[in-house]
Amino acid sequence: MMNRIKLNNITKRYPGCIANQAVELKVDAGEIHALLGENGAGKSTLMKIIYGVVKPDEGSMQWQGEEISVKGPAHARSLGIGMVFQHFSLFETLTVAENIALSLPKEEAASLDLLKQRIIEVSERYGMKLDPNRYVHTLSIGEQQRVEIVRCLLQDVKLLILDEPTSVLTPQEVETLFKTLRLLASEGCSILFISHKLDEVRALCDHATILKAGQVSGHCIPKETTTEELARLMVGDDTPLSENYKKAEGGETFLSIVDLSHQSNDPFACTLKNISLEVKAGEILGVAGVAGNGQEELLNLISGEDTSAKETVFFNNKAVGNLTPEKRRVLGLGFVPEERLGRGAVPDMSLQDNGLLTGYQGDLTQNGLINTGKVKAFAKNIIDTFNVKAAGIHAQAKSLSGGNLQKYIIGREILQSPKLLVCSHPTWGVDIGAAILIRHELIKLRDEGCAVLVVSEDIDELYSISDRICAICDGELSPVAPANDVSINQLGMWMAGDFHATNNPPESKGAIK
Amino acid sequence: MDFELFTNILFATLRTGTPLILIALGEMVCEKSGVLNLGQEGMVLMGAALGFIASVVTGHAGLGIIAAILAGMMMSVLFAFLAVTLVSNQVATGLALTIFGTGLSGFLGAGYVGMAIDGIAPFPIPLLSDIPFIGKVLFSHDPLVYFSWVMFALIFWCFRSTRLGLTIRAVGENPEAANAIGIPVMKVRYGAIMFGGAMAGLAGAYLSLVYTPMWSEGMSAGRGWIALALVVFASWKAERILLGAYLFGAASIMHLVLQGLGFEASPNLLAMLPYGATIIVLVIIASDAAKAKLSTPLALGQPYRPQV
Amino acid sequence: MFNFTLEKRPSDSKAMSYLSPLFAIILTLVSGGLLFATLGQDPFHALYTFFIAPLSDVYGWTELGVKVAPLTLCAIGLMLCFKAKVWNIGAEGQFILGGLGGGYIALELMDAEGFWVLPLVLFFGALSGLFWGAITALLKTRFGANEILTTIMLNYIALNWLLYGVHGPLKDPEGFNFPESALFSDFATLPTLTDDYRLNFSIFFALIAVAAVWALMSKTLLGFQISVLGEDKSAARFAGFKEERLTWFVLLACGALAGLAGVSEVTGSIGQLNPYISPGYGYAAIIVAFLGRMHPVGIIFASMLLALTYMGGEMAQMDLALPKSLTGLFQGMLLFYLLACDLLISYRIVRKPAVKTIGSSSNSAQA
Repeated sequence: MMNRIKLNNITKRYPGCIANQAVELKVDAGEIHALLGENGAGKSTLMKIIYGVVKPDEGSMQWQGEEISVKGPAHARSLGIGMVFQHFSLFETLTVAENIALSLPKEEAASLDLLKQRIIEVSERYGMKLDPNRYVHTLSIGEQQRVEIVRCLLQDVKLLILDEPTSVLTPQEVETLFKTLRLLASEGCSILFISHKLDEVRALCDHATILKAGQVSGHCIPKETTTEELARLMVGDDTPLSENYKKAEGGETFLSIVDLSHQSNDPFACTLKNISLEVKAGEILGVAGVAGNGQEELLNLISGEDTSAKETVFFNNKAVGNLTPEKRRVLGLGFVPEERLGRGAVPDMSLQDNGLLTGYQGDLTQNGLINTGKVKAFAKNIIDTFNVKAAGIHAQAKSLSGGNLQKYIIGREILQSPKLLVCSHPTWGVDIGAAILIRHELIKLRDEGCAVLVVSEDIDELYSISDRICAICDGELSPVAPANDVSINQLGMWMAGDFHATNNPPESKGAIK
Repeated sequence: MDFELFTNILFATLRTGTPLILIALGEMVCEKSGVLNLGQEGMVLMGAALGFIASVVTGHAGLGIIAAILAGMMMSVLFAFLAVTLVSNQVATGLALTIFGTGLSGFLGAGYVGMAIDGIAPFPIPLLSDIPFIGKVLFSHDPLVYFSWVMFALIFWCFRSTRLGLTIRAVGENPEAANAIGIPVMKVRYGAIMFGGAMAGLAGAYLSLVYTPMWSEGMSAGRGWIALALVVFASWKAERILLGAYLFGAASIMHLVLQGLGFEASPNLLAMLPYGATIIVLVIIASDAAKAKLSTPLALGQPYRPQV
Repeated sequence: MFNFTLEKRPSDSKAMSYLSPLFAIILTLVSGGLLFATLGQDPFHALYTFFIAPLSDVYGWTELGVKVAPLTLCAIGLMLCFKAKVWNIGAEGQFILGGLGGGYIALELMDAEGFWVLPLVLFFGALSGLFWGAITALLKTRFGANEILTTIMLNYIALNWLLYGVHGPLKDPEGFNFPESALFSDFATLPTLTDDYRLNFSIFFALIAVAAVWALMSKTLLGFQISVLGEDKSAARFAGFKEERLTWFVLLACGALAGLAGVSEVTGSIGQLNPYISPGYGYAAIIVAFLGRMHPVGIIFASMLLALTYMGGEMAQMDLALPKSLTGLFQGMLLFYLLACDLLISYRIVRKPAVKTIGSSSNSAQA
């Protein structure tokens, strides 16, 4: 029997790296197939090739037995290939119906009213209810993903590709998604599920292809493979598979947020409501939450990029709510923002200059003059201490890989001996080696007495390194509790805004691994 | 002020506002696709110069109009090549277009300064132009004024209810996503830019063939820039452009109003009015930051090139 | 047809950022030659007339200096603004205000004597330019008004203010009704360096300004903050750099420098107020800043080239009967070519890989 889709010997090179090398992949009708791999393994590139956004340098593709060359997304869609991107390709200032209309061929989108009807029918049928007249920027992330999926469903999809779909969902939303996917598969649709989350792949997928550094490192049936074997295929033999960090009790409170409410005049922003939070010296507090629930706004108020009333934010009992970033840094703040290139580092400037970006209040400057020698030494120190692979201190920040740049940015903060380190999504999009080093450094910093606040969408990571954990939803903070006492189910409900959940058996642990 | 003067002022306002409407509508479409083209002055002047030259050489003002439109389009293609294909800095490229267009138009038109032509005659619409007051103010204009209204209606309808309008808006908000769903981003931008160029060229022809039928260096006197401000003032909505253009038109003919009211004022001080009015308008619009953010095409001015 | 495509470089090419202006100049010369040829002129003779003949004697070089001074002063000020990505297109208006303000004081002090007159006039000129820059800064920081549009509007207002002055209150009562002011007194005149040539002290102002800005940008924290603000606004915010204060600083500095250029021009080579105190120096200075790669040394060389285009235009008008707007044409072409060649800093041209077929292993050529 022929496969629905078969990739042969696909190779794609970019300047500086080989994204895919001789990749073979096949998926049958009605099969849910996982494409597993760590960040940087080449999964997204492969999907873009299937969808026609990117052209392969070598290799071929067969669709339902026939050799084809996908000319572009429109062609892919006409064949029956649908793609749900990791970074949604939606237009926020347009409505749901308008968004879907744009991706359909002209004839099908001719009558907007008819289309709206179809949207309502299809979305209900698959358990992804949508209102076609809503503007996309008013939808939650989970709802936006539904738009992406419904868009594919309306085109009689035969192969549905989902690129890391669960990283932006609460655990409950993940279940709903899986139900929809199983229903689709039972109707004969093939599903290609890209992920790096082993437990989800085990729960959902029939087959898996594992990518490592652009090459296929194995095929398997997830339900018959141990987690250890899967992980080995993903990261190789040298990397330690589990990181077991001891939990710590904090000492004196360093960061204290008291009844903070904030409304931004940015129409796309989230309003914060009565947030109260404490982070103690020598502990890591993890904040879980799906993007768009107020994390950005909260972090801006802690870093000083946004200011609030004086007595809402305290560093070591000193009221700092109205202080701007440089004054807070003098008091011991270190901050690693979510955006690396552009905010955390200036992309076109050298690593040397980027070191000065937050280090300028120490001895790197005197009386407004820059001490170039000391700046160079500082940059070199960061590179050496944190194993940053770069072409020297003069290399432009944008020339580094995600993992290396993140190591540099975190290193820059850590070497300034902060009393409070705030990190936003510290290992997002970072390769496994760098991710492990970063987590290791955070634990080390905590053990030296620093207060650490970590905001992340990676629940596994949060459970791994956090001493206490909580969630943010719709601008409100859940209760805070020791990580060991909060089940993943409980955290999921907190992430969805249900702060009074009682479904929390005391013996249940954190991450499923 | 007597009634006749009032009628004349309204009539003149419509005429003065017309080139602004044309330029602003064209730039609005361009900006909605995410491209900021600051080269309006250059394109308008090229349209004015080449339109005038073609009229003189061929003897037909109609051919002058066509030449002007083509001139504007060619200049805009130059801009599009740099800003879209070569992903250059759009601000600098637009400035370059202005400086180049100003210089080239002056150069080409040098031999035609001081010449006089008949220009395009007004075309009063039969029957309608006989209506008292409204007939004179609205229906006794030259064809380009009527054309500007038709253009406004077309563009209004385009962005309200057509797929083309939706496509342009999508490209202007998120070219990455548009590319991912198969929209030919570069083609759409080229089209929008060239439309803007055609409109600017046409506005130039209006200046040199209708408004003051003659050519002189720099005769647009900053209208291109005012039109750019107009687009911002109008929050990228066609109906507001119409309103804003006529307001500016009125500001530009203040000397008529003051004469009518019996005041004398230095022409140079009066000449400052439209520019001052533009500044005030920019301030008013910018103060509502939240609203401004929602209506600005999100990807405006950002260079984008699809990765293959 | 086009078998080439653009590929992003992993890192900007420093070599290309120096080569790009050279390529742009060469392309401009070639285009200029072609243009002259189509006009029936001998291209080499015309290019010689435009670019070389003006510098054929000492007088030519001093005349170059006369133009280099205002161009450099304006351009170095613009460099500060552009480095912060504050798109100040208003150097022209700030220049004119400087001339107008300083000239006004000079006229008021027509009967005054003493060495203090000139410095006061120059100071007032710089202050006027600074004032014009301050308006833009206020509009931008307090009201969020886009500086490109506000500065251009202010340019037109400044010009009309000047025209109002020379047609009205500042017109020379004994001047046969021409729109000019009276000639400034000797005490309000910028002295020349020698008696034979028009080159005056403004060239020193320009060189000092260049040195000062160079030191500021490369050695001080303030300069670093300006660079970061221009490169990446959110990084500047993240670092705690004050966007508003920096915006005020660059606009005031540029206004003062352009104002100084303007007042130096009217007290130096012009000697009075008239409608033509700026042949577009403020706009040409924008090109100088870009062509000079936003670097002090580059700016000096670029202003020499742009000054040459002014002289070349005059020369071509005299010798070849070509219109003076040739100057603007060349200036515009230079900027265009520069922007096009700048592409090669971040991208390289590679041959497009051939279309795939079954089992083919074609090579993708990488430059």
